[in-house]
Amino acid sequence: MSMSSQASKKSKPAKQRPGNGETRLSEAPKPRPALLLDEHIVEIVSDSGEGAQRCGQSFGAIAARLGNGIWTVEIIPAEIRPPPRSIAGASGNRVRLASYRVTNGGDEADVVVAFNEQVLLSRVRTGEIKPGGIILLENMWQNDRDETIAAGYMKVCEEIRAAGYRLYEIPMEAECMKYVPDPRRGKNMFALGMLCGIYSLDAEIARAQVRFVFAKKDQKIIDANIELLDAGRAWALENLDLKFAVPASKTSEPQVVMNGNAALALGVVASGMEVCAMYPITPATSASHYLSEIFEKVGCVVHQAEDEISACAFAIGASYAGKCAVTITSGPGLSLKQEAIGLAVMGEIPLVVVNVQRGGPSTGQPTKAEQGDLLAACFGGHGDAPKVVLAVSSIEDCFYSIITARKIAETFNMVVIVLSDASLATAQQPFPRPSFNEGWLAPPIDQSAVPENALPYDWDSRTGIAPRFIPGQPGGMHCLTGLAHDRLSHVAYGPEINEEGIRQRSHKLATFQKTLKTPKVFGDKDGDLLLVGWGSTCGAIEEAVETLRARGHRVSSIHLKFLQPMASGIGDILQRFDKVMTIENNWCDSLDEDLINEENRRYSNLALLLRARYLVDVDCWGEVRGQPLKPGAIVKAALPKLEKV
Amino acid sequence: MTATMTQCLLRLVEEDYKLSDYQSEIAPRWCAGCGDIGILTAIQRLCRDEQIMPEKTVFVSGIGCSSRLPHYMNAYGFHGLHGRALPVAEGVKLRRPDLDVFVTTGDGDCCSIGAAHWLHAIRYNMNMTVLLHDNQVYGLTKMQASPTSPRDLKTNTTPYGAYLNPLNPLTVTLGVTNVSFVAQAVDWIPDLLYDIIAQAHRHRGLSFVRVLQRCPEFMNHRFDEAVHDPSKTRILTHSDGLRLKPEISRIYRNQETHDPLDMPRALAIAALSDEIPVGVLYRDPSVPCYEELREAERPNTPDLIRTVLDEEFDKVTIWPQVEDASTGVE
Repeated sequence: MSMSSQASKKSKPAKQRPGNGETRLSEAPKPRPALLLDEHIVEIVSDSGEGAQRCGQSFGAIAARLGNGIWTVEIIPAEIRPPPRSIAGASGNRVRLASYRVTNGGDEADVVVAFNEQVLLSRVRTGEIKPGGIILLENMWQNDRDETIAAGYMKVCEEIRAAGYRLYEIPMEAECMKYVPDPRRGKNMFALGMLCGIYSLDAEIARAQVRFVFAKKDQKIIDANIELLDAGRAWALENLDLKFAVPASKTSEPQVVMNGNAALALGVVASGMEVCAMYPITPATSASHYLSEIFEKVGCVVHQAEDEISACAFAIGASYAGKCAVTITSGPGLSLKQEAIGLAVMGEIPLVVVNVQRGGPSTGQPTKAEQGDLLAACFGGHGDAPKVVLAVSSIEDCFYSIITARKIAETFNMVVIVLSDASLATAQQPFPRPSFNEGWLAPPIDQSAVPENALPYDWDSRTGIAPRFIPGQPGGMHCLTGLAHDRLSHVAYGPEINEEGIRQRSHKLATFQKTLKTPKVFGDKDGDLLLVGWGSTCGAIEEAVETLRARGHRVSSIHLKFLQPMASGIGDILQRFDKVMTIENNWCDSLDEDLINEENRRYSNLALLLRARYLVDVDCWGEVRGQPLKPGAIVKAALPKLEKV
Repeated sequence: MTATMTQCLLRLVEEDYKLSDYQSEIAPRWCAGCGDIGILTAIQRLCRDEQIMPEKTVFVSGIGCSSRLPHYMNAYGFHGLHGRALPVAEGVKLRRPDLDVFVTTGDGDCCSIGAAHWLHAIRYNMNMTVLLHDNQVYGLTKMQASPTSPRDLKTNTTPYGAYLNPLNPLTVTLGVTNVSFVAQAVDWIPDLLYDIIAQAHRHRGLSFVRVLQRCPEFMNHRFDEAVHDPSKTRILTHSDGLRLKPEISRIYRNQETHDPLDMPRALAIAALSDEIPVGVLYRDPSVPCYEELREAERPNTPDLIRTVLDEEFDKVTIWPQVEDASTGVE
């Protein structure tokens, strides 16, 4: 058993001096009192298929079960099986655990567990690890038969130490060999055990989580994994001088832990919708996977269509026949569905479209986070096609927004586009366990005869809303058409009637807008700078605002749930700040570049919408690095705006 | 018993739909002599003869001349997107098996822009009647070559003649897994057109009927040879198949007794190049329907939704801890 660290390269167990202003560790061998922390960020990375993701997710779930606030972020390579030991192949999970509720993945990691030095490099080189951070690295490579691998390993270790990281080389493989013949399967549970030991997480809760994760496997496999878990814990306690505790906050109500896509799927069930038509696309598909598992239990159907267009048309058909449907997709799928969405707008058919955004354009970055589809959602199709666009900002919001979306769709006979993104899709966070309410469901479809002389598009002159006739209703027979039509649903190309139809469909959006509440300002109601965001960035933006306010800056933020239409009162809020800047995970040109000036600058999605609507000189800051925005990066982006005040 | 009798009589009176009950107030806007008119008439006759309830019937179409048909029916209609009639119809049918679904589509709509949906619709085999109005040319957009246009046809997009051999919708459909009903009709023999659509409608599963129809505007003489020479038409019969009136039998003597479960023969008939087969090429009522395969075991009641949600939440719930375990010592 060999193990070394920055401080002591040969001894076992290592006695590590605390660094980075942490309080002192006891010299007693064990049990050591744990160093109490408010929060920590832990990453675990491996080659794809070595189970680092499962390890990280389980670690987060165990901490959450114990009452910690957590947020997990998946680290996903683009390929199914990238080459082993490659920088591009790093796969794993980041877990931020805290004594309080956390709303985002945070800044740099405090601790990293890496199964080889190459995947570690991918995290180090992208600046994901805190300076002086703790690195727990599998050391089997130092004795690799391939000399280039062994040499490469040694070189990276030197580089890591030279850069000031606290490196612990750990014989994970050798330790696992004591329990299983093939440590490639199971090393992740050993690592999980180590982390549970380091962070003083309850052993029995950890075992319960492992049993839960492997619930579908046979007892032998469960037992082997628990053995590895316990071995990892014991090894860490015996050999490492790292002992932390992140005290949990006591919660009085039950919490559920899941990722955004699971919350979307449960939201679909809770909304009472009966049909989900979809086509596989990353990163949306896992929502449909989960839904496929549970939807039939409530007597409903996930239909995997032959393509995205068909999925949308199928959902429209089901909705038209009275069974409000949802189609779940991601960027390229949204592009393909646009014509069908236009038909639903024209025919006034309720429809929920979920777009779990990814990096674009084209195939872009399928597994990576980006918020580039806002304008496509609002204006993507041809012609004037008013529809509701809303964005989810937390895991909990993923659940409830689907229920809201269905309600809006059926109340206004409109298309509702729900925007999530790759960072929410895979991030896990606890939220209060929802309690089912029958009010979430819609009443059974109306099959009674329509009143005599009733018209299929009898638009109300004040609201634009027309009652809908559903097939099966005697007397309601009409031909719905995507062509311009009159109140009888007859094809009509007359100048007045075309304008009339467009006006009524537009007015429905205005009517809906009257029901929206002004978003709350996070921070003071006025000040020097207002940050405006939408979607998954809410937690990071608010954390940045808190940091800046703690430093004495007069900064606030608002987060928009409804992007189309926007609630009343937003313009007033913008006016109360000297400067306004959107924070978005999408592209905007920077005026710092020589080429760019006010004449040619392209703005971020939301900034463009705000500038157009409120005539306020809204600035914007964004990143398209395929990752969730970090609070620290937002602080950095905001500071220059404050210094110039 | 008197009361029951009265009710029955009332029902009979109520349900006595006349041909005009299936005609919408909109007069067809097709060209004089268009084959679509014959198809519309056959459908309306069928609705009357089968006493189909207009409110329980949905005609779904795409875009093109043929796809205007739903506007001329007094029933629910859905005149949607070019090429997408089939997925819309599938969505309608999935959770509403009580609705009688017809799809009217054209050679451009079905075999070109909607070709992917065509193949998959055959494979889903949902219970609906699909009528492919095949006039072998784009009419609504003013004469462009369609996938079924004959080779060398001069159109606005092929002024020097069409380059490719036409796609054969019959052989394509017969080649798809789960195909359960394929027939061909021609607009110039209205009795058989009606009979074939009626057989299609009676079939449980997706019944695909290709109707060869004349486009008086752009393909006026396309089928002249067959129209004038009955021997060019091969009538397919079987014991419970077409009911040929004596006058039809006298004119169309080129007849073949064809077992509609005989796929190799169906494919051979479908591929005939010098004759037009008319009748049922293939029929297999044993192929399962997608909507039946996906039928729910239980209805989605609020109680069931509550139960399933609670089951799922239970798997991921953290119940409040009495003690703070995370700081516990080993």
